[in-house]
Amino acid sequence: MNQEKEEKHILSLMVDNRPGVLSRIVGLFSGRGFNIESLCVAETADADISRITLVTCGDMGVIEQIKKQLNKLINVIKVVDFMDMSFVQRDLALIKVRAKPEHRAEILRITDIFRGRVVDVGSEFYTLEVTGDLEKIDAILGLLKPMGIKEIARTGTIALPREKRK
Amino acid sequence: MTFINESWGVCTIKRTGIEIFLKVLEEEGVDTIFGYPGASVIDIYDALVKTDFKHILVRHEQGAVHAADGYARASGKVGVCLVTSGPGATNTVSGIAAAHADSIPLVVFTGQVPTGLIGNDAFQEVDIVGITRPCTKHNYLVTKIEDLAGSLREAFHIARSGRPGPVLVDLPKDMMSSKAELKPAKSVELKSYQPNYKPNVRQLGKVVALIKKAKRPLILAGGGVILSKGAGELRKFAEAIESPVTTTLMGLGAFPTNTSKWLGMIGMHGTYRANMASANCDLMIAVGVRFDDRVTGKIDAFAPKAKIVHIDIDPTSIRKNISVAIPVVGDCRETLNMLNELVAAQVEGVFNGSRGAWFDQIEEWKSTKKLDYHQKNVIKPQYVIEALHRLTKGEAVITTEVGQNQMWTAQYYHFDRPNCFITSGGLGCMGFGLPAAIGAQIACPDRVVVDIAGDGSIQMNIQELATAVQYGLPVKVVILNNQYLGMVRQWQELFYDKCYAGTCMEHAPDFLKLAEAYGALGLRATRPEQVEPVLREGLSAPRTVVMEFKVEREENVYPMVPAGAPITEMLLV
Repeated sequence: MNQEKEEKHILSLMVDNRPGVLSRIVGLFSGRGFNIESLCVAETADADISRITLVTCGDMGVIEQIKKQLNKLINVIKVVDFMDMSFVQRDLALIKVRAKPEHRAEILRITDIFRGRVVDVGSEFYTLEVTGDLEKIDAILGLLKPMGIKEIARTGTIALPREKRK
Repeated sequence: MTFINESWGVCTIKRTGIEIFLKVLEEEGVDTIFGYPGASVIDIYDALVKTDFKHILVRHEQGAVHAADGYARASGKVGVCLVTSGPGATNTVSGIAAAHADSIPLVVFTGQVPTGLIGNDAFQEVDIVGITRPCTKHNYLVTKIEDLAGSLREAFHIARSGRPGPVLVDLPKDMMSSKAELKPAKSVELKSYQPNYKPNVRQLGKVVALIKKAKRPLILAGGGVILSKGAGELRKFAEAIESPVTTTLMGLGAFPTNTSKWLGMIGMHGTYRANMASANCDLMIAVGVRFDDRVTGKIDAFAPKAKIVHIDIDPTSIRKNISVAIPVVGDCRETLNMLNELVAAQVEGVFNGSRGAWFDQIEEWKSTKKLDYHQKNVIKPQYVIEALHRLTKGEAVITTEVGQNQMWTAQYYHFDRPNCFITSGGLGCMGFGLPAAIGAQIACPDRVVVDIAGDGSIQMNIQELATAVQYGLPVKVVILNNQYLGMVRQWQELFYDKCYAGTCMEHAPDFLKLAEAYGALGLRATRPEQVEPVLREGLSAPRTVVMEFKVEREENVYPMVPAGAPITEMLLV
């Protein structure tokens, strides 16, 4: 409908914590040709409710349709688009990087700069834990790449709205 | 709070799953169940046969769902089906998808293997909840007996409220013998499902402001008007704002055809004046439609001069295909009612003739390019439908199959009242008409019910003739036999150099003998002068009748808008 520019949106969904609910949401995206860039799901403080944080992209018309379609699902209680508000977001990455003796100091220094931690040390590899927004994680990956990254596991984005300040 | 139930005393008494199932069905006002038994639902059948529920044994599960669908559309109630697990469940999928596309309230119960076997690839096990997730409004797999009553009540509530639709409930066999307390029914409250019936008054104010300014208004009504029982309100609204009215296929019957405000159906096979009016109106008030591609044609060229108001209870319908000036989320009937009040207070009578030029233009379109055909030596299908309209005084409940038979019916039966035209509009599901007619006949035992079919689609669920005969249903089947899959052949003729790939159905059964084999009356007309006598005889026979009409083989449905073209680019006769 709209030939507008595509934008990335972080959506937060409160959903019934029941079997099959995630499948309804993922099925909606695949069935209607919407994108999912990342998706994170876990229980909230209320065990009956889960929060799904979902990163998608599309023009305004597509995003509006995504939000409406999600709201239409019986098990979706609330849909919040963080585009409309101030929010904090985090990704967590576990990075297994080759730790040659001549690189070890450099790896530790980079990890320190990014306020990461070394969570596992082997004879050839260090496993680092880094949290931050997407750009920060991409930045550290860029720096570590020349040393040889063996494996990465990332959570995808989670986010919460900021509280109002007095 | 203590739960006291008049009939059972204090509700700590435990009930079996079957007792709960039957009790909830009774509470929900179910009287008829369309079904087919099997191993997983044998316990339900064993109990069902000892109750007052009417069970209609179909001959294929797809037929059960279409029959429940026809029943729902003719009666306005929720249609109910009961089938077994595995293949019984998978056979319902086309029917469910058809009901989903047309927003028809159904509750479909499928048997399932016992909970302990789920996931083991047991005999007749399928994940029907997974399979039907995208084609139901919602669905349930009941794995705890304590959830049974709640799920059943929610299923009915969801099916009939908001934008209606089919809901499937999967019932593992062991649930039926498990026991739980049954709490008394109270109205279902779902925090995540609250359909919005009442429209925003500010939005309605904007609509009225546009109505005042409009010189060439057009109302486009759809199935939502019929589903919300808003035909009376629509008529009043059109009178008050002095606007012509067109409808989608699903909206036929929402507006009477014998007034100058009636334009006929819009879209791919819409009338010339309806399509031209949509392209020239300056205000389009769309009520209960979803702007299907068969309605809009090329989106960019649709209603280019109009500000569009879109009224629908489902927010996802709005701005899905078409940009609109004023979205209104609400029940069609409720919204039209409120609009009528606003209009009566603010604008009634102010147009007094000022729309004469607009109606003159419409009249000119009407007289230059009207729906037409010429009955000569071979029976024209349109002639059969017009004769049927004449002989039934336009009062029959008509179901159709899908294709040319469906479009000619839409064009030539002149539907004047709601709930009389029962067709698979959104999914376009061949094989729909006969079972739907069975359901409609059960809902309306005193009405004439006719399935208008082609020789292709009637064969998709022809086994349901046995159902009609078994229950003594005087359903009439009109077969327009052109020995082709006519609509596809028409496309091939017009757009594929007459390469009739796969559409020639020269070998067909002898429908007359077939009718007799099923115990129905079979009649045939091969010449134009036989059409009326055959229809008269068939309509007056108090039994299931199949009437075959050998029609012009290569007759086309006109007007026709090629797929993807603007709807003003019509191929005319």
